[in-house]
Amino acid sequence: MNPSHSSDTSKTITLEDVRRVAELASLELTAEEETHMQRDLAAILGQVAQLNQLDTTEIPPMAQVSEILGQHAGAHTQALRADVPRASLERAAALSSAPDTDGIYFKVPKVIER
Amino acid sequence: MASTTALSPEILAKYEPVIGLEVHVQLQTETKAFCGCSSRFGAAPNTQVCPVCLGLPGALPVLNRRAVEFGALAAMAINCQVRETSIFARKNYFYPDLPKSYQISQFDKPLAEHGWIDVPTPNGSKRIGITRLHLEEDAGKSMHDGFADSRERTYLDLNRCGTPLAEIVSEPDIRTADEAYEYLARLKEILLYTSVSDCNMEEGSLRCDANVSVRLKGAEKFGTKAEVKNVNSFRFVRAALEYEIARQIEVLESGGRVQQETRLWNANEGRTYSMRSKEQAHDYRYFPEPDLPPLVVSAAWQHEIRANMPELPEARRKRMVADYDITEQDAQVLTGTREFADQFEAAAKATKSPKRVANLVQGELMGRLKAAGLELTQSPISMRGIAQAADLTESGELSSKMLKQLFDHCFETSEDFPVVYEREKPQQISDPAALETMIDEIIAANPKQVEQYRGGKKTVAAFFVGQVMRLSKGQANPALLNELVTKKLDA
Repeated sequence: MNPSHSSDTSKTITLEDVRRVAELASLELTAEEETHMQRDLAAILGQVAQLNQLDTTEIPPMAQVSEILGQHAGAHTQALRADVPRASLERAAALSSAPDTDGIYFKVPKVIER
Repeated sequence: MASTTALSPEILAKYEPVIGLEVHVQLQTETKAFCGCSSRFGAAPNTQVCPVCLGLPGALPVLNRRAVEFGALAAMAINCQVRETSIFARKNYFYPDLPKSYQISQFDKPLAEHGWIDVPTPNGSKRIGITRLHLEEDAGKSMHDGFADSRERTYLDLNRCGTPLAEIVSEPDIRTADEAYEYLARLKEILLYTSVSDCNMEEGSLRCDANVSVRLKGAEKFGTKAEVKNVNSFRFVRAALEYEIARQIEVLESGGRVQQETRLWNANEGRTYSMRSKEQAHDYRYFPEPDLPPLVVSAAWQHEIRANMPELPEARRKRMVADYDITEQDAQVLTGTREFADQFEAAAKATKSPKRVANLVQGELMGRLKAAGLELTQSPISMRGIAQAADLTESGELSSKMLKQLFDHCFETSEDFPVVYEREKPQQISDPAALETMIDEIIAANPKQVEQYRGGKKTVAAFFVGQVMRLSKGQANPALLNELVTKKLDA
């Protein structure tokens, strides 16, 4: 990251923004980490802001590279699956990396509301 | 908390509810939306899971072609336009029944948009707009109670995780709880006819959330809405909405403001509860799903899908009224399910009087089903049985009293009509002398018809056969009766 961008955009990322994003991501940050994140996020956004200087009015948005690959590969967009069952995992295997289980269910700390 | 009993009809009448419904329907595919795990209901817990639907690192989704076809067919049936290119998006939230921590859904470019269905209201048919139909995946199932450590632990069965869903979002066009009920009933009927889902609410194949707000009549702006979740039975749709409408009116009437929030319908207590979600908790941070290419449903493919469209309930009712000389109301009952309508039409083609079949269904079958707590599909008497009964009453071989007794019998023993009739049918009168006495009586009582017959109108013979059959309470031997009537009239 170019530090000069960081200083340009740091005002646009507040500590409140950082805390909100952390909350949505279920992350607990220390005060030190918060300022660190503020700096990093600002730098990343600065980098993107640079891209925003380009004129993209004629360019359709692209969400994944396969769209570009597909232009050469032809019918890639119809890479669909037939509705035919395949073997699932054995339950024991499915549960093998669960932190807590009774051998039938995954167990998680009590959740009440969504 | 609002008690909603204090509101007078005058106060309720000042307000107009505005309701929009979000319906989630499981698509009846063999496998899940993005992996080859079976999506069948009722398997042992956590036996229909794989790295893709468990969200294990590195696993990649591949879309089920059949799910697209079902979604598009449903969309067409509710008059939506299917987009040629639609985009999958990630909806991000944390909940243990969603192991990836995002749901693959569609956001700004859904599979289909701009549809509608017509629903009956007391003021005639009303068109309810449908904003969109999009594809997404279901979450797993959480069990909060019933285990020894349920106080500290939630149990998860992830079999349902990744099952394909179509979410159908209505416009806020609905104005009463009754309209909401009708909308749901029509939508379910259409989906059942297209066979894209079994719409089984008990098994969760069809789920409904409602956005509800109220405003003073004549106001232009919508009021603040609450989202009512968990309205998962047809029985509760009206009750849940009526409760929520009254609750909001009461809040406003007492000078308060309706909070924008999610509320949960509790069927046992007959009320909605605030879920007290943390402020701003719903920020799903949608972004395009990088693991799935855009979904292209070309014009040619749409054409192929549309070729599978069955005759839909509304059109079928209109045609059946015209074809079989039955009433709208008859048609409504007879088209309750596609299978039932098929059976009726098969029977109607073989019977002398489709109208009589319809009458028997309405007059003799529905009441007995209701009394026995059975659905149409669980009727002991088949449509073929009803057609036979209709023909027997038509010909006079069976009195209506006898028919009622036989139908009762069918319900008592859970046997179909033809079986019961064969065993219990009235003893036939095959004694010529006894029949001749009855024929003489009818001839004596109907001189005008005798004159018509003797004047050359031979078809009047059927009238005499019918009258004698009635007199004999359906017990006259039909062949012998025919023969004797002709003989007497020709004498």
